[in-house]
Amino acid sequence: MDNLLLIQNGQAVSRNDIPDLNFSVFQQVVLEFVLRDGFVVQFFAYENEQGALKLLAVLRSGVNLYVTGCSLADEYPSLTSECEKFHMFEREVAEQFGVRPKDHPWLKMVRYHENYRGKEDVFGNDYSQDIPGNYPYFTVEGDAIHEVAVGPVHAGIIEPGHFRFQCAGEEVFSLEIQLGYQHRGAEKLLEQAGQPLLRLPVIAESIAGDTAIGHSLCHSQAIEALAGLEVDEGSKIVRTIALELERIANHIGDLGALSGDVAFNPPLNYFGRIRGEFLNLTLIMAGNRFGKGLVRPGGIAFPVLEEQRRIMLEKITDETPGITNVCDLLFSAHTVLARFDHTGTVSHSVAEKLGLVGYAGRACGLAYDARINFPTEAYDSVQANSNQRTTGDVYSRANVRREEIMHSLRAIPELLVKGVDAEPVPVPGSYTLAPDSFVVTVNEAWRGEVSHCLLTDKDGAILRYKVKDPSFHNWTGLAMSLRNQGISDFPLCNKSFNLSYCGFDL
Amino acid sequence: MLKVIQNRREQGYRTTKYPEEPINLYSRYRGLPTVHQDCDQELAHRCAEDCPQQAIDADRMIIDLGRCTFCGQCEIQSDGKFVTFSNNFELGTTTREALLTSGSLPALAEHSKKHFKSLFGRSLQLRQISAGGCNSCEADTNVLGTPFFDLQRFGIDFVASPRHADGIHVTGPISNNMKAAVLSTWEAVPAPKVVIASGCCSISGGPFYGSKDIVGDLNSLIPVDLYIPGCPPHPLTTLHALLQFFK
Repeated sequence: MDNLLLIQNGQAVSRNDIPDLNFSVFQQVVLEFVLRDGFVVQFFAYENEQGALKLLAVLRSGVNLYVTGCSLADEYPSLTSECEKFHMFEREVAEQFGVRPKDHPWLKMVRYHENYRGKEDVFGNDYSQDIPGNYPYFTVEGDAIHEVAVGPVHAGIIEPGHFRFQCAGEEVFSLEIQLGYQHRGAEKLLEQAGQPLLRLPVIAESIAGDTAIGHSLCHSQAIEALAGLEVDEGSKIVRTIALELERIANHIGDLGALSGDVAFNPPLNYFGRIRGEFLNLTLIMAGNRFGKGLVRPGGIAFPVLEEQRRIMLEKITDETPGITNVCDLLFSAHTVLARFDHTGTVSHSVAEKLGLVGYAGRACGLAYDARINFPTEAYDSVQANSNQRTTGDVYSRANVRREEIMHSLRAIPELLVKGVDAEPVPVPGSYTLAPDSFVVTVNEAWRGEVSHCLLTDKDGAILRYKVKDPSFHNWTGLAMSLRNQGISDFPLCNKSFNLSYCGFDL
Repeated sequence: MLKVIQNRREQGYRTTKYPEEPINLYSRYRGLPTVHQDCDQELAHRCAEDCPQQAIDADRMIIDLGRCTFCGQCEIQSDGKFVTFSNNFELGTTTREALLTSGSLPALAEHSKKHFKSLFGRSLQLRQISAGGCNSCEADTNVLGTPFFDLQRFGIDFVASPRHADGIHVTGPISNNMKAAVLSTWEAVPAPKVVIASGCCSISGGPFYGSKDIVGDLNSLIPVDLYIPGCPPHPLTTLHALLQFFK
């Protein structure tokens, strides 16, 4: 394994220790690793201090995390043609740095923006026209085929994205999902030269606002590793609780929405209200329903004391029986089961090939959970969850979420009674980052694996800030779930994944 | 069926009595801030300099609620001597200038665009556009449809098509890639129509200010009638603003 450096989640290493292979060795090592039983956590390019283009891959297998790298030419043989897990990553590298992966089977822009190096555009766009620019959608030809275009603006209060269906009658042959409408330039903003580090947590919290805790945890842990900040046990417990509250609120809201999508209204309304109770619990800690402002490098910004702990414990005790009963109502209604069962199935082998993460992966039998494999914060002391049904359909995705809600409802009181008062960190904090360093952080946010990666230069300034939301892996899973489905099942399949547009678009 | 009835009994009736009865948010909620005018100038300038959103003008002793994410840093940093955030969630304004405040906002109901009250006071249909929004503004707008807030009891609803709408409610810093969609949605709404900017992103770019990939200010594209600040605005902030502005 000389060509792969074993690293720890959230621990900085010197950039000099990262293997710098020649491309063909890199390609062979990375492909071999991923095709055996590995998965891609991060795969991105950056320009080093000399302006040379470098490629880094962060890979995982079981409980091990590795990094390796190489130099990157303006054109290179695509890894995607051998392994689907690189598909979106290679498109992203092509878009960000104007590098062409040869023989990439679907080389299309990801977010629609000019590349960072002022190179000739790989996709032939000059960005004078509106998104999606110069690239046709995948089409199916034939007299009986019709095409359905949906979005970017959708019918509800929901983020924008474009869906293009190729159908024969009601049956969907292919769904292509075109995102990029939400692109705000988050990575560029995070690595903007000369700005105070104090700005970064605020940006990180808004990468995906429904995952504010997940992303701000990844950010804070990375800064803590690079600045050598110690986090006390109490703060770790609070941050773990915050991440679990975020999980419960989102899962409960989605179970309600799934119920609404199959026209079974009672759980929609009950879960809609109950979701709010959990956002309000986050407000008890953070002063903000999404936890914005709570997590800061070094710990937490607001103390969590006896009063807050008592309110949270009482509320969870109060709501748990109701949640159990509404879940029972939802999962025992035969009209619901008839629509959830065998709808939008993604097989285990497809999920594995694509590298799905989070509940979408677990519902297909990919057990990976970063809370178990790469535990951070107080997850060492939280018992693992397990899933009963992993058949890859809407039912399993819903049921996995039910199991995760019940698991989190048990875990939070256990963490709360540990009785550690969490004292806040000084705000604003003041710290400097270690020079020539590299760190990757991984956390299991409610949708799955969130990961931030930071590289610093010789002065300790941020050279590259790479963000990956779990949606980056899972949107392709949604597209696959629609194969040979009725088009009217799209809302149900979509909600069962409930992926982030802005988390993908950055 | 029995389970439906049993759950209905357990869940009960949960809709808030607001605005007939006041509602108190937990003390830690950060709403309308007060800038203490007697604060030491050096401390004020230090807070202004460290503000991640550059939302504080220490010379004029004001905060720009159109930029502020209500993160609370200035209150902690000054130990409440410069800024304190109150529980007051009533933050909507009709002008951008009014959001630059030292702690009081003009009464929202007394605005000059009275025709909106007569046109939409009994029935208001809005088309929501997320234009680079991080989904927290969107989620806390969506939640107005849940039984606790029950927005529809006021004759207000979010609709699926701009053709059915009386105006647009925009969240997010208007990513460049959403600019065309915002404009064509706006054009598709029949006149007379209203424009609402919700969340600091749509007012100033929010956390993404300075990015070249965003427009950053809805008002630079379309004249805004109602500003609802926050990151995100609390659902009650939005509810209050809609009721005061239109009723």
